[in-house]
Amino acid sequence: MSKEWPLWEVFIRSQHGLAHKHVGSLHAPDAQMAVNNARDVYTRRNEGVSIWVVRAADIVASSPADKQALFEPANSKVYRHPTFFPMPEEVKNL
Amino acid sequence: MDDKVNYLLRLGDNALILSQQLAQWCGKGPALEEDMALTNVALDLLGQTRMWYDYAAELEGAGRDQDQLAYLRDAHDFKNCLLLEQPNGNYADTLVRQFYFDAWHYFLIDGLTRGSDARIAAIAEKALKEVTYHLRRSGDLMVRLGDGTDISRAKTQAAVDALWMYSGEAFAYDAVDEAMVAAGVAPPAAGLRAQWLAHVAEILAEATLTMPPADAWMQRGGKQGRHSEHLGYILAEMQFLQRAYPGVSW
Repeated sequence: MSKEWPLWEVFIRSQHGLAHKHVGSLHAPDAQMAVNNARDVYTRRNEGVSIWVVRAADIVASSPADKQALFEPANSKVYRHPTFFPMPEEVKNL
Repeated sequence: MDDKVNYLLRLGDNALILSQQLAQWCGKGPALEEDMALTNVALDLLGQTRMWYDYAAELEGAGRDQDQLAYLRDAHDFKNCLLLEQPNGNYADTLVRQFYFDAWHYFLIDGLTRGSDARIAAIAEKALKEVTYHLRRSGDLMVRLGDGTDISRAKTQAAVDALWMYSGEAFAYDAVDEAMVAAGVAPPAAGLRAQWLAHVAEILAEATLTMPPADAWMQRGGKQGRHSEHLGYILAEMQFLQRAYPGVSW
């Protein structure tokens, strides 16, 4: 086992938040301690939060080099965006 | 009423002295995360101190406030248990001291929430959330250090043995404590001690550590103002500025 504690990424859902947001990372020897540490480092005891921790090694990120292949084809296809439908006044937050 | 003031000062002094001790770890913790956790605990305890002192000062009615209680009393007026003024030592020493304290603090605070004094019960209610976390944290770390490497186990066992004689003072009730029990404010000693012993035994077993005998001789005196030699130094450092420039506001 390596002497260094592995890196964990921390996601927190705040009290009135709808989704978990990535807030940062920390080192911890295991998942339980990562949660404990995340609480001390990132939540400052805010009540009603939910914490996710995941080992940084378990996250697969897209490569910046793939940016064109992954994202650009969407730009030229306006029909993929639901912008041609008039929404009734009563429907909010869409 | 004097008994209640005394009792509140004991609660406040315990929290203040331990908070002061923990604050000395700031920037020196074994890991950044641990450093933050320990200082968080110190801040929790300081917040509790202020609530206990405010109420004590009000009941006392002598015009003293929380700052005067903290900074202008000398060692013989402090009523904290001897356990809390023991030196930080290595991390195991600090942790075992914390664990012994957290375990009785948790059961005590839990008992106080059901007491007859509404103000004390309200403060306890607020503190209980913090104290629950403190106990879970220190218990978890006890298991990690005890059931860790040979060296971590040896250091933790040494701390368990060395601090054991300070662990019983909290349950040695005197007239002040008994008056609070009689008034329905505080939980009786016997039940608290049984809860404490059961919890400590469980965690030490999980940590593969040997628990010293429950009937071992226990140091006492802190609650009555008879302290070990450590408290004077703690206060000298803590109170310096207020002693040098008394009455200044900041």
